[in-house]
Formats: sequence, structure tokens, C-alpha cells
Amino acid sequence: MNRTYELMFIVRPDMAEEDLDKLISTLETAVSTTGGTVKSVERMGKRRLAYTVRRFHDGMYILLTVEGGGAVIHELERRLRVTEPVIKFLSVRIDEEQKRLDKIKAIRDARKKTSAAPAAAPEGGETTPAAV
Amino acid sequence: MAEETRAQGATAETPSAPESHGPRPGGRGPRPGGGPGGPREGGRKYFRRKKVCKFCVERIENINYKDVRLLAQFVAESGKIVPRRLTGVCTPHQRRLSSAIKMARNIALLPFAGRAM
Repeated sequence: MNRTYELMFIVRPDMAEEDLDKLISTLETAVSTTGGTVKSVERMGKRRLAYTVRRFHDGMYILLTVEGGGAVIHELERRLRVTEPVIKFLSVRIDEEQKRLDKIKAIRDARKKTSAAPAAAPEGGETTPAAV
Repeated sequence: MAEETRAQGATAETPSAPESHGPRPGGRGPRPGGGPGGPREGGRKYFRRKKVCKFCVERIENINYKDVRLLAQFVAESGKIVPRRLTGVCTPHQRRLSSAIKMARNIALLPFAGRAM
């Protein structure tokens, strides 16, 4: 089971930087113990929430890309639910969408290559009746 | 001699064939041109431009919930998803768009409808 998930979560804005580092490292260890791998951790910084969540108007957004089975996500979600400073989280499976995008990209690239070749063929066809 | 006449006939036919084909495309040409000119939309005085799907035109296939700037174009000020008939987005893209907007709402990137800030 090799699936790619994207886990976005919001922590409260007044959380200290060290605590956030600690939280992320504990999540990373949780991923590795459940048999997954962390592909990337992106801190999107503080931004305004579209609506108030637990009386907060701002939040620190963190994006975690994880590879592994459903057990990894299950464990991560459980941990995030328990962790008090995390005010919201969302996990999305992205590998299927990525596969679809790669397919479309491959088709478009193939079309670009073939579009150069047939352009010469109709010209040759037009010249023959003119000669007759 | 008969063979020659046949050959002549064949040669005579071949030049005539392109000639006969020639006017046909020419005849077809004005027809599509006349088509749009024909229906003048009698009573309608304003011209409504044909709406096109932004995602098809700009070839955006990746409709992601993180792309707030893109999604915000299709969300009304009240937070509602703008219907297809107003934006012109095609059905497959509207489907992906609406799911992306819903995901973005869930993570507080976009507001829910009807919730006053």
C-alpha cells in the first residue's frame, strides 16, 4: 500500500516555534513507526482564517506530505485530534489526482510532438492534383 | 482505337473532376459564413458574449484546494459557490472546482456560505 497523502493542519498562532518543532518531530516519528515516510514538511506561515475557529482569527498552517498506507493517516489524525494546540486539520489523498495530471501532461506532450509531423503531409497531398 | 478513346475519356474526366470539386468547396465556403449572419436575433439589442470555461481555455487541470486565489474567483462574496451558468465553467471542471472549494472551506481557507464575519 503505497499511497501519498497530504496532511494540512492549523496550530494556534500563539504557539512557540520550539513547541511547533517538537510537534512536527513527534508526528514524523509517528509516521516512521507506523511504516510510512515523510516526503516533505512545509510551513506555510501565519495567515488569517476565513472564519473563527475556537475563537482564533489567525493560524499557523503546516503542510505534511506523507507516503504510506491508511494506518499512517489514521494514527496521524488521532494524534492531531488529541494535540491541544492543533485547531483544525485536513488529510487528502493526492496520488490518484497526481496520476491523472501526469496522464494529461503526457497526452499533451505527445500531441505537441505529433503536431509538427502531419503539418507537412497535407501540403504534399495538395501538390499532386495540381501537377495532374 | 477504342483504347485510345477510353484513355482520352479518362484523361478528360480527370481534369473535369478537380474542376467540379473546385466550386463545391467554394460553394460551401459562404454557407458557414452566411450561417452566423443569418440569425440576427431580431429583438435582442445587446450582444451576449459566449462564456468559456476558464480551466479549458487556460488549460488548468490542477484545481487544488490550496490555491485560494484561483478558487476565490468562483466564490461569491457571501461565500457561495458561483453557479456554472454565471461563470461558464464546464461540468467536469465545475465538479472538481466545487470539491476543491469545499475542501478549502474545511481548512478555513475560504468562508462557509451564510456565515457573517
